[in-house]
Amino acid sequence: MAADTAAASVPGILDLKSAETIGPALTPGQLVWRRFRRHRMALLGAIGLIVLLLFILIGSVLVPEARANEVDVRNKLQPPSEAYIFGTDSTGRDIFSRIIYGGQISLAIGVLSVALSVTLGTLIGGIAAYYGGWVDALLMRFTEAMLAIPQLFLLIVLSKYLARDIASITIFDRSFSGSVGIVILVIGLTSWMSLARIVRANVLALRELDYVSAARALGASNARIFFTHLIPNTLSVIIVSATLGLANSIINEAYISFLGLGVQPPTASWGSMMQAAQSFIQRGVWWMWFFPSLFIIFTILCINLMGDGLRDAFDPRSGRRA
Amino acid sequence: MWTYLSRRMIQAAFTLLIITFISYILTSQSADPMAQYANRPGMTGEQKERIRRSLGLDQPLHVRYLNWLALVARGDLGTSFFSKQPVLDLILQRLPMTLILMGTALVITVVLSLILGIIAAVKQYSWIDNLITSFSFIGYSMPVFFVALGLMLIFAVQFKEWGLPYLPTGAGIWDPSDPAQLIWHLVLPVSCLVIISTAGYSRFLRSSILEVLEQDYVRTARAKGLKGRDVLLKHALRNAALPFITLLGLDLAAVLGGAVVTESVYAWPGMGRLFWEYAQRGDFPVVNGVLLLTSAAVVVMTIVTDIAYTFVDPRIRLS
Repeated sequence: MAADTAAASVPGILDLKSAETIGPALTPGQLVWRRFRRHRMALLGAIGLIVLLLFILIGSVLVPEARANEVDVRNKLQPPSEAYIFGTDSTGRDIFSRIIYGGQISLAIGVLSVALSVTLGTLIGGIAAYYGGWVDALLMRFTEAMLAIPQLFLLIVLSKYLARDIASITIFDRSFSGSVGIVILVIGLTSWMSLARIVRANVLALRELDYVSAARALGASNARIFFTHLIPNTLSVIIVSATLGLANSIINEAYISFLGLGVQPPTASWGSMMQAAQSFIQRGVWWMWFFPSLFIIFTILCINLMGDGLRDAFDPRSGRRA
Repeated sequence: MWTYLSRRMIQAAFTLLIITFISYILTSQSADPMAQYANRPGMTGEQKERIRRSLGLDQPLHVRYLNWLALVARGDLGTSFFSKQPVLDLILQRLPMTLILMGTALVITVVLSLILGIIAAVKQYSWIDNLITSFSFIGYSMPVFFVALGLMLIFAVQFKEWGLPYLPTGAGIWDPSDPAQLIWHLVLPVSCLVIISTAGYSRFLRSSILEVLEQDYVRTARAKGLKGRDVLLKHALRNAALPFITLLGLDLAAVLGGAVVTESVYAWPGMGRLFWEYAQRGDFPVVNGVLLLTSAAVVVMTIVTDIAYTFVDPRIRLS
């Protein structure tokens, strides 16, 4: 029984027939895309994510933002009905509209904080590996120190540190609570560490290769070697880590907003909607808890599925199993 | 081995020093401990100044940091600003409750995920593997507070409404020294932690077992006629356990820190809530103490894990 399953997964002669070994030569990018396309779950995740984005985009065109923030105490805590399909919250705001606008905020925070953490992680890991010596030692001890502090503790302390004075910010004629910017900073500053270590290990291995010596012999500057030779070759690791990091960022936003340190009212985010739900759960108000969670879980699930698919697609060894 | 260990110790000491620096700078700016005196009527500026001085807040930051560091070096974590108790006492009061909660959850998680991971790997692509894999993928994508609030809604709130035996939400007053009450109150928070971490653990175990099962020496073991169970338990599992040790080591350290979200939803008097309550009030000595202790545990456990590796896998030599 066990032998059967193992035989199926052991690479054998049959695997030679996989499409990668026949047909025209493909670029690495095409290979990755082909493997990703074959990964059914990853494709499902990508489609789910596109549907979610469309929902939020079309939703924000159809539903005015005023409706999401409109307080109507007479209609507070209404269970889902025709007028309010996801019900209303404790001040009578429509949960459906808040999910649309909260989604914008949650996703924006996710994407921007990942951009920040990926930049930091790549630079710190890359610089540590490239320069070595005491620069490496110092940066790596700093990375270890940040990793050793439990992330939620770090998130709490850092968001309190940065949140001392918050002003509103206005982008595209819409006003956001300044807390959005702080949450992005807090998450970005606390989640670059594992990528920094991965990039460091990768660059350390690459640095010794002949083509880097060749580039140096040709007189390429440090910065040029770093950005045109070393970083592009670690790109696959960075992309996978950024995708999975996006899921973590969205969850982290939810955590700090859930603890009341994140996005402040009137701006909605999925996490702050969960915080509002916490005090009403004991009164059986299930819809305030259920719908925001549903969207958080769906988003994270889709991103994780996609990230898994990307990791397999970028891994040259996984080709034989595809 | 000894040179390796001593080098690691020096590195760890340096890492800890950086941790104290990060934590002290961040916490001491994170809230104003004087804020709670702001609205007190009849309090003169002079009195406030005296309180500030007694808390040591009048000194510049670097002086406060160095004083604190000197204190810590002597094994003293200082005194809480507001409850006036030694920080170490506060932590030791909360520690048992955290260990009970996190320890129970960790043991159940490890056992459950070992079983699920092995079943899923051995029966790869069967319906039961698909079931376990889907469960772990969904569980892995769920935020803790979703599960915490959901379990509370169903088993505490709705069950009560339906007239069924229901579990406590933790909101009422109860006596932790009574074992029956303790277990009764443990059920929901432990299940919540177990659901979330089992999802991640079993996924991890499944893939590391699968990786090992593909290797040549496993095929050799099968080819020479060894029974499936022996191949799995004596050959495959031992190697598959290696990456699991790292994960377990870090989680053992995290046990100390408690679980902020779960503890605050279920009003569990553990370390996570201690940190959270005192962080909100700007009680820096307590916040720094908890931060330092939990991070130190992580640093120590990383080294312990490395040593444990050499026992499980004789091929690994520390150098």
